[in-house]
Amino acid sequence: MIRIKCPICGLRNETEFTYGEDANVNRPSMDEQGVQPWVDFVFNRDNPRGWHKEYWHHVQGCRQWVVLERNTLTHEIGNCELARDAKLPPSQASEAAE
Amino acid sequence: MKRLATGGRIDRSKPLTVSFDGKSLPALQGDTLSAAMLAGGVSLVARSFKYHRPRGVFSAGVEEPGAMVHLRDGGRHEPNARATVIEAFDGLVSSSQNAWPNLNFDVGAVNNWASPFLSAGFYYKTFIGPFKHSTKFWMMCETFIRRAAGMGRATHQTDPDTYEKRNAFFDVLVIGGGVAGLSATLSAGRMGAQVMLVEQDFDLGGAVLSDPVGSESESWVSVVRDELLAMENVRLLTRTTAIGAYDGDTYALVERVSDHLKAPQNHQVRQRYWLVHAKRVIMATGAIERPLVFGGNDKPGVMLAGAARSYLNRHAILAGQNVVVATNNNSAYEVAADLSQAGASVQLVDMRVSVADSTQAIARAAGATVVLGHGVLEAKGVKAVNRAIIAPVDVSGRAIGPAKTLKTDLIAISGGWAPAVHLWSQRFGKPVHDKASAGFVAPDNPDCPIQAAGTTAAAASLDEVLTQGFNQGVAAAQAAGFTGDAGEIPVTFDTGPFWQAGLSPAWATFNAKGKCQGKAFVDFQHDVKINDIDQAHLEGYVSVEHLKRYTTLGMATDQGKLANINALSRMAELRGLEIPEVGTTTFRPPFTPTSIGSIVGHEHGRHFRPTRLSPIHHWHVENGAKMTEAGAWMRPWYYPETGEDLRAAYVREAAHVRGHVGMVDVSTLGKIAVQGPDAAEFLNRMYVNGWKTLAVGRLRYGVMLREDGFVMDDGATARLGEHDYFMSTTTVNAAKVLALAEHLLQTAWKDLRVHVTTVTDQWAAIAVAGPKSRALLSAVSDADLSREALPSNHFTKASIGSVEVRIHRMSYSGELAYEVYTPSGFGRHVWETIHAAGKAHNLRPYGTESMGALRIEKGHVAGPELEGRTTMKDLGLEGFASSKKPFVGSVLRKRPVLEDPERPILVGLEIEGEKGAKPGSLLFPADGEAKGHGDGWVSSTTWSPALGCNIAMGLLKNGKSRKGETIRVINFVGGETLTAKVVSHHFFDPKGERQNA
Repeated sequence: MIRIKCPICGLRNETEFTYGEDANVNRPSMDEQGVQPWVDFVFNRDNPRGWHKEYWHHVQGCRQWVVLERNTLTHEIGNCELARDAKLPPSQASEAAE
Repeated sequence: MKRLATGGRIDRSKPLTVSFDGKSLPALQGDTLSAAMLAGGVSLVARSFKYHRPRGVFSAGVEEPGAMVHLRDGGRHEPNARATVIEAFDGLVSSSQNAWPNLNFDVGAVNNWASPFLSAGFYYKTFIGPFKHSTKFWMMCETFIRRAAGMGRATHQTDPDTYEKRNAFFDVLVIGGGVAGLSATLSAGRMGAQVMLVEQDFDLGGAVLSDPVGSESESWVSVVRDELLAMENVRLLTRTTAIGAYDGDTYALVERVSDHLKAPQNHQVRQRYWLVHAKRVIMATGAIERPLVFGGNDKPGVMLAGAARSYLNRHAILAGQNVVVATNNNSAYEVAADLSQAGASVQLVDMRVSVADSTQAIARAAGATVVLGHGVLEAKGVKAVNRAIIAPVDVSGRAIGPAKTLKTDLIAISGGWAPAVHLWSQRFGKPVHDKASAGFVAPDNPDCPIQAAGTTAAAASLDEVLTQGFNQGVAAAQAAGFTGDAGEIPVTFDTGPFWQAGLSPAWATFNAKGKCQGKAFVDFQHDVKINDIDQAHLEGYVSVEHLKRYTTLGMATDQGKLANINALSRMAELRGLEIPEVGTTTFRPPFTPTSIGSIVGHEHGRHFRPTRLSPIHHWHVENGAKMTEAGAWMRPWYYPETGEDLRAAYVREAAHVRGHVGMVDVSTLGKIAVQGPDAAEFLNRMYVNGWKTLAVGRLRYGVMLREDGFVMDDGATARLGEHDYFMSTTTVNAAKVLALAEHLLQTAWKDLRVHVTTVTDQWAAIAVAGPKSRALLSAVSDADLSREALPSNHFTKASIGSVEVRIHRMSYSGELAYEVYTPSGFGRHVWETIHAAGKAHNLRPYGTESMGALRIEKGHVAGPELEGRTTMKDLGLEGFASSKKPFVGSVLRKRPVLEDPERPILVGLEIEGEKGAKPGSLLFPADGEAKGHGDGWVSSTTWSPALGCNIAMGLLKNGKSRKGETIRVINFVGGETLTAKVVSHHFFDPKGERQNA
């Protein structure tokens, strides 16, 4: 069982959370009309070995979405911050669009 | 085999009634079932898994591969119980398993003679090849094979006992209550850390419990135990096994609260599952003795040497009179000495040529004969050992001289000890090979949260076990932030020789040709012989992981506790490598077999998940409603009147709504408060339709898509105030919609000043529908509900029964209808007030079944249509989508594949005949072969009182152009074919005149 240090609630069991999705993808802006950026956002994911940023939802706690660093190789848990505060790297999709 | 008159840690004044296969055993308080069997002269306990060979008691602990029995009866019946760890209790009933017609004469034993055909890979080889194009041969044989290759049989009765789960937090968790674990607990406890010590036995002491009564070690344990019991920060838990080490410093323990009793007492649970979070763990789990491999080493009468000593000193049982102790290490000398002193005639056969005089003296002084440079070639005897063939051997265990025969009834074997590193391995992977102890240990890493101590860390002497345990306790407490004084190490004591020094690498005995003589077992529980490993090697298996799966070695319930290292040794020999180069497998939880009950705890049946009840729930139950599950909710299904079944009731209820007025509890709808200055913009993005123009006091139906363009949900949202909206969702999708809204607001739409809060539980909702609904609600409330004052899609505040309510004018049934919202606490009061006033208007409550019939008549989509694979276009909802603004899913919904005109679209079906269609039935043209997935499927079906026929909604290819066509509706599961006419899914009042009345 992994334990997640929620910035609001403190160290909690993973059973209080649900996994959301890969946090390295950025949602295209609402006025994006091209199909490809949306396809990349919805469907295309990397499958990295090692540290990975993920959205988790503290469903049975403060209901905040957090960005959690998790090592896909060792299942270690790293930094956890509110999605609201997170600075995420631009996704490949938006790089390609630029 | 006999019980001695004195000695042992048993209470001779407390005899217990214990039976095995109907035979009464002379059990005493303090015995295990296996001890009672030995005391009662039972040597044949079980038949082996594959060859049905006779097996007896092999060990005295959790590693037991052979002595497995059926334990207890009725609902408490338990298969594959290891006799060596079952505490004897008064009234214990056990029986043998995997034998027919009985244990003594077992027909399955023919497998023993057929063993050349049942070697490694038997299944792979037999059931592919000539039969590879068909599984028929396998299916034919499977029943017989499964019956013959057996373990115990489980009961089909319900377990009458309860189990529970518990969480706990400790600074230090010490696993194992032997010398190392006790001294670690002592030092960490003295420093002030919160410490939990768990021991799987019912008593503390570990290996000390196998020392003679009155030893120095025994008084050491009692002094330490007394000090620990006095510490408030130390918790001692016996009968508790640490079964799993998991991420996040989480450890699973199973406490056997009542397993030592006939039945749980005083409402206690049977077992308790602990999830312990500990900053540091000291793994003082000891070591498991390794067997020696030779022909017939599985026969009853062959036993681990340490087990023979344990039965002698703990249970006062002399397991044999003429004993051969076979060893490759020093630890067996003490066994030989203790057995000799107890009156047995003992010959110690040591594979080593040179052994220190001081070590030999231990055995000789007690009267045992020591034979050096010899090994046991084969154990002879039919159902129990009666002779041992021994021969002089070289360092690799190969016979180099003439064999001779010894008469014996007990061969006690020791091939060294394997540290029990399972828990460390579960979390951190493969242990490393330690050359000195020829075993696998956890690598040195002071930062690791699990630290081994004592024989688990291959300590070389008892003194080292004690100091190491003590120091690990100090280190663990320090790592957890404690700086107190640990004091002095309690005075040490001396015991006999440790195994590690002088261990010979020879672990098997071969004849002069280099073969084992007879069947020599490596994995006793899965019947894997040394020649199975040889065969796997010949067939090219080099990876231990492959070897394991091909031969099934280490895959029985003992998970290779005895087998693994010997198998790796053989692999290394065959490949000409060192053991570390061959590698090892990783241990997985659980450490020992664990009851499903303990894992499940109370989470079964109605307690599997919470049941959600509407605030009006109890009224429905009290008034005779049949309830049904809708997700986690209980909802009224129908309200039967005298003699009515489901069909009669829902048809009457639906017709009543169209003719008079009905009320239905819709409190389970998801409700979300959407508040903030940007709420309209938020709704505009979430819903496909526009929200900027919705005025305060009005409401609107909306559709939401997923990011991928498929329909997610629908529902109405009311604008309560300038920045205050009240969104409703379907019952099942409430959580999904809220989670998506929160996600978008906290990630992509951080700029929107909007807050979303679930208010599902805060509001009760009652739909009042039917031509008389206006009259009823006008009478019961103070509101002006006239057509002019409250048109469709408007709401008003009102009072019903002195309670403030909100009345929304909207219809799901297609009739003139309203939804009454009131705070949950008033839900039942408002319901009852309306219900009482309804007498004058011929009001009836109705349930979900008739609500479904009404919505199908109207062609409204619900769960069966919003199933995640349908688009707005498929469902005829495309007209709602705004082309003037983007919304969630607006781009991807137009993917070419979703725009394909061939996609099945929503249609209505009028079914011919008296019989209705089953949801999930497939649609086919009137003629031609009915093959594949057809042209579509049926989603919802009902009898329509309004139309007087069976109707259904379904999705049909090219549905738009097929109106009027007759098609077939085929239910392949039930083998039924119906005929239906394709019509519009707006079956009833397509212009909506009734709801706008």
